Amino acid sequence: MPSEPLFRAAAIEAGYGRVQVLWGAGVEVREHETVALLGANGAGKTTLLKVLCGLIPPWRGEIRFSGRDITFERTDKRVRAGIAYMSERGSFPGLSVEENIRIGGQFTPAAHLKRRMEELYGVFPAIAERRRGLAGSLSGGQRKMLAIAKALAGSPRLLLMDEPSAGLSPLFVNEVFEVLRRFRGEGLSFLIAEQNVRFLDLADRVYTLDGGRIGFEGTVGALHANDALRRAYFGLK
Amino acid sequence: MLRGVRDSLVVVVPLTAAAALLPFAYSNELLLFNFIVFLVLAQGVNVIYGFTGYLPFGYVGFFGTGAYGFSLAVIHLHLFPLVALGLGAAAAVLLALLLTPLFRLSGAYFAIASFAAAFAVYEVVSNPHLDAITKGPYGISLSQIYNPQLSYGVAVVILAVTLGVTVYLKNSRFGLSLRSIRDDSLSAAMAGVNVVRARTLAWLISALIAGLIGGVFAWYVSVFYPETVFGAEFSVFAIVFALFGGVATVSGPVLGVIFLYGIYNVIGISAPQYFQLIYGLLIMGLVLFLPGGVVPLLRRWGIDVP
Repeated sequence: MPSEPLFRAAAIEAGYGRVQVLWGAGVEVREHETVALLGANGAGKTTLLKVLCGLIPPWRGEIRFSGRDITFERTDKRVRAGIAYMSERGSFPGLSVEENIRIGGQFTPAAHLKRRMEELYGVFPAIAERRRGLAGSLSGGQRKMLAIAKALAGSPRLLLMDEPSAGLSPLFVNEVFEVLRRFRGEGLSFLIAEQNVRFLDLADRVYTLDGGRIGFEGTVGALHANDALRRAYFGLK
Repeated sequence: MLRGVRDSLVVVVPLTAAAALLPFAYSNELLLFNFIVFLVLAQGVNVIYGFTGYLPFGYVGFFGTGAYGFSLAVIHLHLFPLVALGLGAAAAVLLALLLTPLFRLSGAYFAIASFAAAFAVYEVVSNPHLDAITKGPYGISLSQIYNPQLSYGVAVVILAVTLGVTVYLKNSRFGLSLRSIRDDSLSAAMAGVNVVRARTLAWLISALIAGLIGGVFAWYVSVFYPETVFGAEFSVFAIVFALFGGVATVSGPVLGVIFLYGIYNVIGISAPQYFQLIYGLLIMGLVLFLPGGVVPLLRRWGIDVP
């Protein structure tokens, strides 16, 4: 029997009020794996991520993390267990850079967090220079770096990312990309919801989400090999 | 941790010492007592508004509830004042618990609803039909326990504890998670902050502070009417003082009270006809030029204020 994946959500149905958004979507992330969740605007990516991090209770389905059922567990408990979430907005503009990182590492013992912070400042020198400044005064690219640093501060095992490329110039997308590649080497697992296919180069596997359902699941190579999907997600070629 | 010690040494210790020692040098003890009351109330507003962004326009409701809880415990249960004080504060916390559904509202709606809640409590307390229980509109007299020295001393203790609470909030993880809620409650929830619990805790602490000082106020003055302890000016003053100095800081509300309540007592008595004009202009200037208060301005000048 194959061992259970690190993270597994199955047959998730969820929505807002009476409007159903997700119709039985499911994803799996194995240890050290990077998984991309591709979908157009309105496909349900953000809703799925919110269910996965506990902000919206699912109507049906099951979520397991590290061998435990966490379907209805509170967000703070999931964060303690090692699931971090990086939203599109990512950081608190009214708090300082350092305070943002502290929030990300709020469940980490103080001495450990201090070490982790220095480590992250080493990776992100641009925000290290402005650690006392307000996050709101950073540029868009720096703010994204801060969002990543904040999400990593608690040394999570799984990082859920909602459109890390949103609102960034292509130059910064490359920079984010390099940073993610670096942390992937540390054995962290990623679930990245994106529209930008650039992120596929990082992914071990891909899911496509369409109308609240998983359309395709497989390797990046298999996605390229599928004509219909290639047209849908990469444009006509 | 170190900053907490520094903040205590710079603000809490000197202010508490001043409050404790000034009555030996200055004869108008009532004025000093009122300063303490507003210092405590402004910090109480700071706890809930400064750290979570909810503006409690009806903050006086907790003050009045504390005053009445204290007085009724003394009158009906014949409790010792210090025990009655605990009961008064408990009544204020209970009211705050009842009002937690107000957090579904935001911005001005929360402010108005909390104001209406305070008014509702006032209407109940001052209802002539409840004469037998609350003394209705005829007011409270506690001459049997009148003790200005002891009650003043207790007020000083409450001031020290309240200042300690703000030092803690400014420097602790709990305070940081509250400020993250103020900034963006959804993102805070995503980061694993238990928004409901943290906000409720801040609200209850804030009510406890007002309830305690309300009880001591009743003890100290010992004769008062419902409109004395439910007067909207308590809310308004406490909010304006806290905003003037700068919320989510330790020293901001203190500076606000010393400066504005100081002016109030100088001009309000010597030139009452100009008082409201000057006060109004000050507040307008504050809103226009210093929306964050005095402390952020000082910090921008490079002065590291707690």
